[in-house]
Amino acid sequence: MSAIVKVGDIHKSFGSNHVLKGVSFEVNKGEMIAVIGASGSGKSTALRCIDRLETIDQGQIEVCGIRVDDPKVDLHLLRREVGIVFQSYNLFPHLTVEENIMLALRHVKKMSSDEARRIAMNVLEQVGLAQKADAYPEQLSGGQQQRVAIARSLAMSPKVMLFDEVTSALDPQLTGEVLRVMEDLAADGMTMLLVTHEMAFAKRVADRIIYMHQGKVWEVGDGSMLDAPRTPELRAFLDNGL
Amino acid sequence: MFSLDFSPLLPYWPTFLLGAWLTLKMTCVAVFFGLILGMLVAFAKRAKVPVLTRICIIYIETVRNTPFLVQIFLLYFGLASIGLRMPTFAAAALAMTINIGAYAAEIIRAGLESVPRGQVEAAECLGLSKWRIGWHVMLQPSIEKVYPALTSQFLLMMQASAIASQISAEELTAVANTVQSDTFRSLETYIVVAALYLVLSLIIKLIAWAVGEHLFKRRRAIRLAAKRAGKTPPDSQRIDTVIPGGAA
Amino acid sequence: MSGGFTSSHLVYLVQSIGWTLVLSLLAFVLGGIGGFCVMLARISPRAWLSRAAIVYIEAIQGIPLLILLFIVYFGLSVYGYQVPALVAAGLALMVYSSAYLGDIWRGCIEAMPKPQWEASECLSLTRWQTLRLVIIPQAMRLALPPTVGFLVQLIKMTSLASVIGFVELTRAGQIINNSIFQPFLIFGLVGAFYFVLCYPLSRWSQSMENKLNVSNR
Repeated sequence: MSAIVKVGDIHKSFGSNHVLKGVSFEVNKGEMIAVIGASGSGKSTALRCIDRLETIDQGQIEVCGIRVDDPKVDLHLLRREVGIVFQSYNLFPHLTVEENIMLALRHVKKMSSDEARRIAMNVLEQVGLAQKADAYPEQLSGGQQQRVAIARSLAMSPKVMLFDEVTSALDPQLTGEVLRVMEDLAADGMTMLLVTHEMAFAKRVADRIIYMHQGKVWEVGDGSMLDAPRTPELRAFLDNGL
Repeated sequence: MFSLDFSPLLPYWPTFLLGAWLTLKMTCVAVFFGLILGMLVAFAKRAKVPVLTRICIIYIETVRNTPFLVQIFLLYFGLASIGLRMPTFAAAALAMTINIGAYAAEIIRAGLESVPRGQVEAAECLGLSKWRIGWHVMLQPSIEKVYPALTSQFLLMMQASAIASQISAEELTAVANTVQSDTFRSLETYIVVAALYLVLSLIIKLIAWAVGEHLFKRRRAIRLAAKRAGKTPPDSQRIDTVIPGGAA
Repeated sequence: MSGGFTSSHLVYLVQSIGWTLVLSLLAFVLGGIGGFCVMLARISPRAWLSRAAIVYIEAIQGIPLLILLFIVYFGLSVYGYQVPALVAAGLALMVYSSAYLGDIWRGCIEAMPKPQWEASECLSLTRWQTLRLVIIPQAMRLALPPTVGFLVQLIKMTSLASVIGFVELTRAGQIINNSIFQPFLIFGLVGAFYFVLCYPLSRWSQSMENKLNVSNR
């Protein structure tokens, strides 16, 4: 089994705050891994380190054979392979939905306008928003904006996609449409790593679930782990519905 | 390459320092009275008296949309033409006070308007008098918020003081004009004076920083705590933008 | 000779406004180009470039425009060039503008939310592409009010060109006053003309800023 993402014993501190205390895991091709845990457990930080939005103090990270922790790493290469979707969508407000998706296609992959538009419409159809191509982000609901953000990442044909609590900022009735898109992506064979609070979704769709607690990987298992937690910390976490 | 010769300027050091001192003195006087004037105008503008508001608006907009050079000419030569001969230092300081009062009024007003209405209401319900509310609940937090904008404005005013040389007031630029006509080393003189203005700027920034640290203990405490936790300090409340228009 | 204020005096004043505008525009356009370069240097990840920009901005912002004007004027004539006052004033104002505009625009760029940088760079766009396609288009909206506000400053600053003999509005006023000595009338009029030039721009800048504050709610 080929591992797309290999995280080896990473440590990270913010000032005197030791956030990651030796985290290790692997994501294999085609797998969907869900990372759960309380706020402050370091799960978002670990995710951001994988796409080098943060640098680690110790340890190694390897993505598609690229050593992310190497100070001389080619970030452009890394980010062509990794797609990331943020909690606050981060769409470009001055561009339409279509232009948002076409931007990187035209300027990074040097595609022509027509080619880029074709791909953009393609991914928009995949997320069910083809009819909103000419709308501006502020005209869309949160769930729609997040789906556009997923489409924007997807259009670059990444080898792995990272999702950083992408439904946490949404109203409950809007999370469903986003989760559906993510489930479809998983079914299509995309390698996905998500930090999430959606337990039911994780249990149903994820191949593996990683529970993080105070900067360490505390428990790893499949969906059944959530019904029968081995450690008291995970039990407390699930009971509190954090 | 033309060579600069600073040596003829050496004996003039005391003169330069005197000029710098006069500039500092003029600026401080203007800042002191200008701040008081600004506070009064800021409150007056907000008082629900239409005539008063109108006068304040005319005052502020006139000062902010005309050059300081013209203001100082109007004041000095204008008063002279009706028989009022002022000493140049006083005329310059007065013109600067009037100028800075307008800018300070706007900056302080922005600060006052950012005080949440709820705090004023709470103070009223506690029975505090209007004056006490004005001072404790409104003015003090406002000054803290607009402190950076105020200090920027004062620095701009110090630079505007150079314009006072045009009515022959005694300050650093006037000194420079005299020295360069004595020594014929014009470029060198103005370079030295430029450096002195930079030093004066630094001194004022240091004093402003020290005063700020002393007056606004709350801000310092929050900032130090944030630094220890490795987070960026919450400074989102600060009104940083200098009101466009400068001083001159 | 002390006549009254005649209509030919008025015409003289009004004509000098043209020179005020010429100088202002010259300084604004050239200073804007300079300011853009200063802004780029200031936000550059290369530490030496950023530090150089900081020094430049701090130095220019720390000295009075009048002194800068004298330095440029005497500095140029030291090389043997007898520069027309317009050139010296234009150059000094251009340097002055580049520092202030560069600093203003740098502030606007830095006010752009960091997630926009992150989203763009995670799509593998280069830093320059991010600036050009994502950050600057958004920052321009924020930059317009203070930029127009600075233009008002600039128009007022051109009055200092009178000190080196350039005949713009203030100098025209001085020349007339030297002959008929009616300072209240003349400088009052001069002030009024500046007001007419500056006030509409000030209002425009203010209304733009108000609109921005509303939409940022």
